[in-house]
Amino acid sequence: MNTLPLETAAHPGQLRRVVIEPLSRVEGHGKVTLLLDEDGHVQQARLHIVEFRAFEKFIQGRPYWEVPVMVQRLCGICPVSHHLAACKALDQVVGATTLTPTAEKIRRLMHYGQILQSHALHFFHLSSPDLLFGFGSDVARRNIVGVAAAYPDVARQGVLLRRYGQEVIRHTAGKRIHGTGSVPGGVNKSLTAAERDELQKDIYQMVAWSRDAVRLVRQLFEQDLETYRSFGTFEARTLSLVRADGAMDLYHGGLRARGADGGTIFDHVDYGHYWEQISEEVKAWSYMKFPYLRALGHENGWYRVGPLTRVTRCDFIPTPLADRERREFMAFDDGRAALSTLGFHWARMIEMLHAAEAIKDLLHDGDLLGTDLMTGGKRQARGVGVIEAPRGTLIHHYRVDEDDQVVRANLIVSTTHNNHAMNMAIREVARKYLDGRTLTEGLLNHIEVAVRAFDPCLSCATHAVGRMPLSVQLLDADGSVAGSMVRG
Amino acid sequence: MSVAPTLVFAVGNPSRGDDAVGPLLAERLEAAAVPGVEVLVDFQLQVEHALDLAGRERVIFVDACVDAEALFVEREVYADAGFAHTSHFLAPAQVLETYRRVTGSEPPPALLFGVRAHSFELGAGLSRDTERASQAAWPRLLELCRG
Repeated sequence: MNTLPLETAAHPGQLRRVVIEPLSRVEGHGKVTLLLDEDGHVQQARLHIVEFRAFEKFIQGRPYWEVPVMVQRLCGICPVSHHLAACKALDQVVGATTLTPTAEKIRRLMHYGQILQSHALHFFHLSSPDLLFGFGSDVARRNIVGVAAAYPDVARQGVLLRRYGQEVIRHTAGKRIHGTGSVPGGVNKSLTAAERDELQKDIYQMVAWSRDAVRLVRQLFEQDLETYRSFGTFEARTLSLVRADGAMDLYHGGLRARGADGGTIFDHVDYGHYWEQISEEVKAWSYMKFPYLRALGHENGWYRVGPLTRVTRCDFIPTPLADRERREFMAFDDGRAALSTLGFHWARMIEMLHAAEAIKDLLHDGDLLGTDLMTGGKRQARGVGVIEAPRGTLIHHYRVDEDDQVVRANLIVSTTHNNHAMNMAIREVARKYLDGRTLTEGLLNHIEVAVRAFDPCLSCATHAVGRMPLSVQLLDADGSVAGSMVRG
Repeated sequence: MSVAPTLVFAVGNPSRGDDAVGPLLAERLEAAAVPGVEVLVDFQLQVEHALDLAGRERVIFVDACVDAEALFVEREVYADAGFAHTSHFLAPAQVLETYRRVTGSEPPPALLFGVRAHSFELGAGLSRDTERASQAAWPRLLELCRG
């Protein structure tokens, strides 16, 4: 099995183990383990996913028309992305090769609503405490309440942006959760004039706040350029969807893979045969697979997806304010911000601005009120749907039998695509900030900051009262607990 | 626009074992159509849910509870300014605190109605114990809503 620097220590049994489990402000069941030698030097760093996600079994055996609703239960964080990716796959099964203009625009509106609310939550609620106060700052202050106290407008805007995105979803999907708006072959409702008018009322404010958020991230970079430039930064190949003309398109497009130097590996590839380009490797220490580009093999073919990839690897963004911000981002610090792991935050806010602009444009498009909602064609046995979800490329692949049952399902979610890249980020941070030093909460938080930049969703739509504290344990080489700390 | 004075906010994923108990109780409550009560359901609590508290006289959060000492528990909830770490979801106390921060006013009185829960596997139904807890909890939840 291939192994990278700091992935596997030579003599793990002789090392001290530090476990960060589960990661706070990261959804689901993930943990980071660090193995340290006697002098505190990091010998191994790994991000583990400790929950086996039997997505495919959950779906197999169900009638295909149930799938777009039930896949929303896979993830409490981005249910709309699963809803739409499933519908795109099942469009092919029902022979709907081209949707009606109303159906496609309603789906796009729903998707941009999801992007807006997801990115707003991540930046304002999950990341801004680290970014505004510092990664190693007082833990009692480093949270959204601390942000609300010190930056009340920022906190308030975050909540209202999030709420606006949810309202877009409610109007397009039919309800707040378990929406049924998108169905194989189209949508089952368009907007009423009253719904459109209600959303139009606030959209210019959302655009303005999104633009302010982009500027805020830029200021953060300017204030501490060296940290932002180098924190957890590594060279990565990338994968994303792009429109036929190279524009960013978060709803539909062809697959584009680029090398770390920006050179083309493949471009505008039909995702209907994604498996010819992408394969997945299993490693014994994680339930989550490690995807790679077949052309480069499993040792060299890992890649990064998500906002940083999409913003830096598209040729342009098809809304003017976001594209202007993209160009400034790409030029900043001689292009180094666009390569940095913390550049995720800047790129994410550019995408939020793009989503707000796209929503504004759609809300002025008469097709949203149309009545031609469904289309169909020759039935197919297989369908693949790919969408750029908030966290990155999301693949749904189904095979349906003559009795309309799903007999095979394969899902590759955004966080899985980023599995290798997240491990690279924590190793870079461990090497630079933790190596040889006495570990403190603030230093361990640096690891979490690196992981959080990717906004991973480790898929756990459960949250019951009493669960999910963060515990940090220091274990001796024999596994006995030498010290522990719990927060949450 | 006026809102119902009582908000019942049920939290949970219907396809995650015992996590479904909140949404299932919410379904029964909606069918009961108690005057003055609005029922909302979501997978998990989030910052924007603070805005659902506006104009309410009280709020009852209904949720699966892994540390319940009885079949169901009732705990008063207060805005918590001291929470240090959060995830993609909030606890009820954090929703109340978010309300206070965003609106500048005090949130309505809140109660956590927790039903004992054990397992949260994807695709699983309620465990036998949580099914029993749910049945035991229902009359009390109805009484609280009507009270």
